[in-house]
Amino acid sequence: MRSLKYAFKEKKTNNILSKNRTLSKSQDIITNVDILRSLIRKNSVRIVDVRKEDEYKKEHIKTAISIPLATVLADDSPERIVKLLEQSGISDKTLVVVYDDTFGALAARVAWTFQYVGHSNTSLLETTFTKWKNYGFETEKKVNVFPRAKHSLKVNTDIYANYDEVEKTKTEQNKILVDSRERLNFLSEHIPGATNLPYTMLGTSDSILREPQEIRRFMENRGISTDNEVITYCGSVGTLSGLAYYALRMGGVKNIRLYSRSFKEWKKLGKPIEEFKDANFWDLSAE
Amino acid sequence: MKREILNYPDKKHFSPKSNPRWGKEEETEIFGQNVKLFRKGKISEDDFRRFRLQHGAYGSRLQQNYSMVRIKIPSGEITPEQLEKIGALSEAFSIGSAHVSTRQNIQLHWVQLEDVSEVMRGLVDVGLTTREACGNTIRNVMCSHFAGVCPDEEFDSTPYSKAIARFFLRNPVCQNLPRKFKINFACCSRHGLVRIADIGLIPMKKEGINGFKIYLGGGLGAASFIGHQLEEFTSEDRLVSTCVAVVRLFDRLGNRENMARNRMRYLVNEMGWSKFQRLVIKERSNVEMTISLETLNRYKVEWETPGIRQLSNGRKLPLINEKVDVNSDPYKRWLHSNVVPQKQNGYFVVFITLGAGDITSNQLRSLAKTIRNYSGEECARNTPNQNFAVRYVKANNLPEFYNDLVKIGLANPGALSLSSVVGCSGTTSCNLAITNSHRLAKEIQSKFIELGIDTEDSLRDSTIKISGCPNSCGQHEIATIGFYGGASRVDGAMTPTYTMMFGGKDGEEGMLGKSVMRVPAKRVIATLIKIIEIYKQERSAEESLSRWISKLINGVVNGRGQVKSLDDMKSALAQTVTLPSPSDDPEAYMDYGNDIKFSAKTARGECAA
Repeated sequence: MRSLKYAFKEKKTNNILSKNRTLSKSQDIITNVDILRSLIRKNSVRIVDVRKEDEYKKEHIKTAISIPLATVLADDSPERIVKLLEQSGISDKTLVVVYDDTFGALAARVAWTFQYVGHSNTSLLETTFTKWKNYGFETEKKVNVFPRAKHSLKVNTDIYANYDEVEKTKTEQNKILVDSRERLNFLSEHIPGATNLPYTMLGTSDSILREPQEIRRFMENRGISTDNEVITYCGSVGTLSGLAYYALRMGGVKNIRLYSRSFKEWKKLGKPIEEFKDANFWDLSAE
Repeated sequence: MKREILNYPDKKHFSPKSNPRWGKEEETEIFGQNVKLFRKGKISEDDFRRFRLQHGAYGSRLQQNYSMVRIKIPSGEITPEQLEKIGALSEAFSIGSAHVSTRQNIQLHWVQLEDVSEVMRGLVDVGLTTREACGNTIRNVMCSHFAGVCPDEEFDSTPYSKAIARFFLRNPVCQNLPRKFKINFACCSRHGLVRIADIGLIPMKKEGINGFKIYLGGGLGAASFIGHQLEEFTSEDRLVSTCVAVVRLFDRLGNRENMARNRMRYLVNEMGWSKFQRLVIKERSNVEMTISLETLNRYKVEWETPGIRQLSNGRKLPLINEKVDVNSDPYKRWLHSNVVPQKQNGYFVVFITLGAGDITSNQLRSLAKTIRNYSGEECARNTPNQNFAVRYVKANNLPEFYNDLVKIGLANPGALSLSSVVGCSGTTSCNLAITNSHRLAKEIQSKFIELGIDTEDSLRDSTIKISGCPNSCGQHEIATIGFYGGASRVDGAMTPTYTMMFGGKDGEEGMLGKSVMRVPAKRVIATLIKIIEIYKQERSAEESLSRWISKLINGVVNGRGQVKSLDDMKSALAQTVTLPSPSDDPEAYMDYGNDIKFSAKTARGECAA
């Protein structure tokens, strides 16, 4: 039974791989399950599970360590993040693959944080934990501990945006602000000038991110070119917009930043907001 | 020729209906390109609007950058795969809920104009289209959701309904009509909206030949008309020539000047029925003499014989007529108001209760699974009451079916009762709406389920339908109790109000309701409860609400009590419809879904006049 499933999966992922070849870079962003399995076998990857610790303890992908999203967010100063990496046995050169069990957004926020402190060699697993398990791939219950490693700190400010930079998107032509919250939240209120690319558009039931050519089409439809400077934001801590950050990178945007403090900070600072109150759109949702 | 219902002993021989190919890939590309050209200013706003509507994308309320994408479900027949796809598209590009309309469309709201082509692309994958869902052309061709299973029908009209839809879709003859054009097929004289369509058709047999009783020139709107019967019997070989003749006449003679009076019903009314009737008969002869073979070949009635999957041995089910009340077992209560027997022995139609037609993406996906498991024809139909009908369900599968629905929050009772209230989208998305009819419909439904209104048999043949403006998308004029939204000054404050109408009817006996009085939005529920209370006091023995209301508007009530005419009714309700003063209760002057002072905001309509 397992081998059957595996064969099917292999066929499918080969297919995705061949499509991906036409657009480079996407493989850096996403690691497919077959590659991760062979990396596990070769013991040449550090897998990061960002779910809650008790979920990790119940079961996780073989060799994974636990760095819950909440732990990262509790204090995401670069110094502390580097310390977390070192404690987890991640050195500058270690390949890191991050996964969650929602739809990639939590993993994306953690991966972005690692890259922000200089660990560029970070990638997202294409699928979620539940799907990995359903495929019948390797899991374990053992809590993994690795010897402490040394990691340098090179803050990558090119991928981060503060509210000042967000403000500039309104006047500077080449800059585009992307709101990745759901449509109804966006309609209710958003940062003036933002364009809505809901996170629900980014993935499929098979993969946390669609194929690059599809993302590219969504961008083109919205008039986002790969040469634009793009900033993504969402509701509060930069998870949904973290996923959008990787999606747009996969679509070929070269200069892209995450406004990780997002709409929550923007509102708290009393910055201008665009509201739409002339329609009762919330009442269209079914219970 | 006739579609057969075959009971195969096992699943092996069953092939579910394949998705019809209504959609075209190239149209999605063209749409995407035109959006870009429009954004660059290379297509004028007027030209783009026309193009957009022809392809089923309607502007959203006071926000032209968003569209309502109207998906046509011809004859209302929808496969599980299509439901799953609509769920996925709603989640990705819309608001995570889809909306079943009153004309067997499924609408996705608040889709960014830039993503409409993506939605279309997804729909083409499962054979669906939005082409000609809006605009001045032939809209979705409706067919009674009972067609094929109705005990009173003479034959299944579905294959004809689909053939007519196929014939007119993208047909040059109807690409630029003076106004929209609606065709509705019934199954029998009771089920179907034949008197409120431009062309309404009831299947009938004469001397063994299939044919139709055809009604022309009906329609609801700011001014509504009931359709006229063309002739005693139109045989099936004249169906297409009759329809083409009517469309051609309308195209030639319809009013192209006055946007508010250019539906065909105005033409019929202004010209007089007998003249119009003569012209149709004459035009039909012309069509029959001149129609090219190529055109005629577009029309093909296909009798599908996929067979009905034998799910398990069925038993007769007496339960559904059992008396229930508000304290009954929920399953029994659901059976009572959501399940009816088919003409095919041992099979049942199960209705899925929605709230004003709304269903989430997750519910769509789960419902698809349920349909695969329990419907012998492996598809469903959406109904003009904004519900789904799942047919060919075996009696002994009903408990499991129900349990599946409970798990996904779709097990509400009352689909076939007064508590299943129709509500157009209103101010949730429509430019023309004055009030939030959509939310009001849902509020009434939940209150009525709470009160157990669905369990009362004397209320079962009555309906409540609500529109957010006079334009009748909520079909309020054919409801037993109908409402349309407006704004009035009450006690010096602008207030959302509804004009209440009594005595409308659908089916062949179609009748328009009579205006009774205005009711403030926040008093509608109390007013309805009061009406039911009065009815219960006044009715003679077994008289149903709809029958009593009919008598009331005709002034022939001979009950014991005080209320014998509409005027009596108005006096009896006077206190109930009165609002407290604005300073005592400011909320009573606001609309549902709002916490701000009410003001009527509308913009240009694009679809309904």
